[in-house]
Amino acid sequence: MASEKIQIFTDGNFDQTVVKAEKPVLVDFWAEWCGPCRRLAPTVDALANDYDGKVTVGKLNVDENPGTSARFSIRGIPTILIFKGGEIVESIVGLADKDQLKLLIDKHV
Amino acid sequence: MSPHRNVTIIGSGPAGLTAALYAARANLKPLVIEGIEAGGQLMLTTMVENFPGFREGIMGPDLMGDMRAQAERFGAEIIQGNVTSADLSRRPFKLEVNDKLMYTETLIIATGASARLLGLPAERKLLGHGVSTCATCDGFFFRGKPIAVVGGGDSALEEATFLTKFASKVTVIHRRDTLRASKIMQDKAFENEKIDFAWNCEVEDILDTSKGHVTGILLRDTISGERTELPVDGVFVAIGHTPNTGLFKGQLEMDHNGYIVTGKGTCTNIPGVFACGDVQDHIYRQAITAAGTGCMAAIDAERWLEHVPRDVEEEATGTERGVRGKG
Repeated sequence: MASEKIQIFTDGNFDQTVVKAEKPVLVDFWAEWCGPCRRLAPTVDALANDYDGKVTVGKLNVDENPGTSARFSIRGIPTILIFKGGEIVESIVGLADKDQLKLLIDKHV
Repeated sequence: MSPHRNVTIIGSGPAGLTAALYAARANLKPLVIEGIEAGGQLMLTTMVENFPGFREGIMGPDLMGDMRAQAERFGAEIIQGNVTSADLSRRPFKLEVNDKLMYTETLIIATGASARLLGLPAERKLLGHGVSTCATCDGFFFRGKPIAVVGGGDSALEEATFLTKFASKVTVIHRRDTLRASKIMQDKAFENEKIDFAWNCEVEDILDTSKGHVTGILLRDTISGERTELPVDGVFVAIGHTPNTGLFKGQLEMDHNGYIVTGKGTCTNIPGVFACGDVQDHIYRQAITAAGTGCMAAIDAERWLEHVPRDVEEEATGTERGVRGKG
């Protein structure tokens, strides 16, 4: 089950909630038909709980939000981007485990 | 999570989860360490049409979700995590999982096989930026664009055919002038107007790392040695699989390709260690055969636990009884 802490990013709210955010933001680019994305989902959920209040964690459905996917040249999913101060500070393509992701997030908290 | 188990299963594809189902129903309280590619290769597929019992077919990820729920229903414990080291030199076997040590009387290895890469430096740099090993995941991003598929087996042609849903043109790049793929897959691909073949060609480089995304590939003709550039936006690598056996090198008997050698059912050369699924099978490699050998491994482990010399355990239980008696 998805965590309640998970934000839903869209083409419409991306600038406001991610690019202009003060806190670091982790964005999980995913789609319904992507098996590995489903694998990664529980990990992203867990991160949303673990970093509650420190890092905004959310997902962007690439099917429904082609604008943002094109803007950041997403060519494969799952892709995780970490934004800080409007800049991409980390980019992880494919599956990653929770500890790997934590190491990357901790560099920016 | 109890650190000492009767049965531990590494891997959560059809082999691992079927082993878990059978071991759980035998009351062995198995632990499944699912690994980073949880659910196995079926998580990367779409419709599975050859798993008996599903006459209309079933989506790979759904099948795996159901197998998992079924194993859990009978008490299998499934944890996220990766085994980082395994010591099989004495029993109980020692595993390091998520920086914690744990011990198990029997071990069922169901770590499967993962997609092989070409091994070019540019390939790794451009992974996710035009290079992909998962057509069902990434085909979507190449709508109306030319792409290449590298390989000549069933999975290469399956990917190529699938990708024609999105791409303007798909070029299959193959080292030889004949395909390894089955006749039915070849016929499908030859009939497809969007699929072209580059025969006797090797990928020498993927362009362009300086731009940060794929703009083309450099091909070398294996006969003439001539080099040509093929402009594509995406490269899908489908050149087969390698077994995930790195953890057990030097401990378990393997063939020259790194597949675990099994005999007498699913037994490895170390008593108490069993292997099932693609990690020990480079011939059949089907979900149903993986599930079948997973079942065998659980039964083999159960029988082995019943007949193993019990000196150590009896000693321990004896002491426990003694303490109880005094109380």
